[in-house]
Amino acid sequence: MSEIPLSHVLILASILFTIGFVGIIARKNTLFILMSLEVMLNAVGVAFIGAGSAWQQADGQVMFVLVLTLAAAEVAVGLALLIQMQRRFKSLDIDLLSKLKG
Amino acid sequence: MTHSITEMLLASLPFYPLISFLLLIAFGKRLSWHIASTLSVGAMALSTISSFIVINQLSSQSPVLTVHLWNWFELSLTESSSAQINMSFYLDGLSAVMISVVTGIGLLIHMFAAAYMKDDENFTRFMAYMNLFIVAMLILVLADNLVLLYLGWEGVGLCSFLLIGFWYKERANVLAARKAFIVTRVGDTAMAIGLFMLFKELGQLNINDLSESASTLWIVGDEPPYWIALLLLGGAVGKSAQLPLQTWLPDAMAGPTPVSALIHAATMVTAGVYLIARMNGIFLLAPEVMNYVAWLGASTLLLAGVAALAQNDIKRVLAYSTMSQIGYMMLSLGAGAFSAGVFHLMTHAFFKALLFLTAGAIILALHHQQNLFKMGGLLKRLPFETALFAIGLVCLMALPGSSGFFSKEAIIAQLWSSNTAGPLLWYCAIFGALLTSIYSCRLFFLAFLGERRFDHELQPSSSKLLKLSLIALAVLSIIGGIFANTLDISLLVVFPSNSPSNLNEPHWLHSVAIATPFVGIIFSWFYFSDYRNSNHGNSNNVVFQDKPSALVMFCRQGLGFDQLYDVLLVKPYCYLARLNRRDFFDQLIMLNAWYVDICHDVFKSSQTGKIRWYAAAIGLATALLLLNLGIEYLSLEAS
Repeated sequence: MSEIPLSHVLILASILFTIGFVGIIARKNTLFILMSLEVMLNAVGVAFIGAGSAWQQADGQVMFVLVLTLAAAEVAVGLALLIQMQRRFKSLDIDLLSKLKG
Repeated sequence: MTHSITEMLLASLPFYPLISFLLLIAFGKRLSWHIASTLSVGAMALSTISSFIVINQLSSQSPVLTVHLWNWFELSLTESSSAQINMSFYLDGLSAVMISVVTGIGLLIHMFAAAYMKDDENFTRFMAYMNLFIVAMLILVLADNLVLLYLGWEGVGLCSFLLIGFWYKERANVLAARKAFIVTRVGDTAMAIGLFMLFKELGQLNINDLSESASTLWIVGDEPPYWIALLLLGGAVGKSAQLPLQTWLPDAMAGPTPVSALIHAATMVTAGVYLIARMNGIFLLAPEVMNYVAWLGASTLLLAGVAALAQNDIKRVLAYSTMSQIGYMMLSLGAGAFSAGVFHLMTHAFFKALLFLTAGAIILALHHQQNLFKMGGLLKRLPFETALFAIGLVCLMALPGSSGFFSKEAIIAQLWSSNTAGPLLWYCAIFGALLTSIYSCRLFFLAFLGERRFDHELQPSSSKLLKLSLIALAVLSIIGGIFANTLDISLLVVFPSNSPSNLNEPHWLHSVAIATPFVGIIFSWFYFSDYRNSNHGNSNNVVFQDKPSALVMFCRQGLGFDQLYDVLLVKPYCYLARLNRRDFFDQLIMLNAWYVDICHDVFKSSQTGKIRWYAAAIGLATALLLLNLGIEYLSLEAS
């Protein structure tokens, strides 16, 4: 099994991250924004795993487990908020949540 | 008694009323009349007793007593020289006279006030202010430096303001309080400038050192003492209601009567006299200013005498008579007869407090009727008050034997041959004495003789406290003359001895001075005969209709000074203030606000509340940062 160079892993991570970020900016639907957020988190996870294997350190995988739990918690909160939002606004359009306008 | 105990007593003098003031203010209406009056009067009694003990310790061996409490602050003139301003009390003959008057008369008036104001809903506030006034007045007269004196000076001004406007629910009272405050402030500003000049010239403000260094540094007629004395005179004129700044005193009668007695007759208004007497070292170096003082005093006493002739309010008559008596004191100071002026200050405090308090008792009995034309016939109905008032008036007219006689004759006797006064001022003083006796008789006839002209039944107060204080004041007024010798001895060290050169005086001076009040009495006996005759069954008597002619109205309003100042100062000032409502400098400052407002608008527009925009902004910023880092990295590689 040939070694995958670190740079390839990082390029993949960057591409995933950018896809996620563009998703956040471009989508109006809050559910899709949450999903894009997951993509971004996983991009970070890929970068951690790649770095961990490149330097033969367990820290990378430890961080990934941490990110995973965090993502699970975040999804739980985020979905609960989504349900509330659907109830209150009858819509998931993120632009409706602009009460903090200056 | 040991020295340290005396010092402690002296140091604690102003603190008894201060503690009482703090307690009264802190607990306010929760205190009952008994507790509040015991507290305030008790504090005054303690002050009085300790002041008399301390004064007794003064002797010819140790004519002064100083006590240092703490260092207040340091004033530096240049880098190297600075003057320590201390919280120190200084007691000599002059301040001994003043503290005995302030605490003694103050105690009696506090007793009277406790009875007089018993039913007022703000009784504790009243007594608290009265106590605070005593504190400030004691600091004023005991101060060993001019900064501390100025503290007391402003303190009494504040208390005067608070007490004139005590019944603040009536507009007239508030206006009177404001007027008193502003008018005296004019004088105070002059005095403050005088103090600055003094400090600039001499580098210190300690009263004793000042007199010493002034007499070594300057000779008579120098420029600096002239201006300093003139500016100090400005302060004295404001506080003592003398000629250019006298308009506040008659209006100040809006306050409760004990206030008029304590502040606007016996103590505060004499602070100007005290200031000049205290700074005699400076004033003696400026004979021209002494001359101005004499002329100011003389013109005030004549003006006030004329104005008093036309008043219809009993308290305003007394206010104008206060003004004219302070005019006598000023005249005396200007003539260099310092101890006579201070003596008149003391006797005046006795009999004017008596007059005011008796007037207060009468006003109370008449259901707050102050109009002389609505009185009449009180002799039979209020014999006790009548007798006391008559005693006060006898002293005011300076009939032989009364305390006023000794002090006023002492003043008049020194005028003729004084360097800074002269025969002309002597004639003014005599004419003033004539006026005094005429308006006193008019007041007496109107209020006490003649027929009854009031509608309500009389309601004389039966309070023992009230009567006790009145009787004590009456006794002091009668026997006040006996203090003349002790006073002269104790003041000997304070003032330079002026050698009287009575050689070229005409021999008839004294007899004329003594006879003048009697001439006034005889004149008014016939001239005001309508007032004293009771015309029964003729109720719509023309004499008492009080429809004043234009001249009488002019005199009643204080000879038009109020209108003059209104036209000259108040109206133009208000006009300018209206004109300059959009002040230029205000607009400059508002530029700041305008700038901040613009920034606010700009930044506000970035807060859209749209979360995707925020995310995009963060992304853009991160991208820019990364780009920047990349360029830097590449340029490092290249080099």
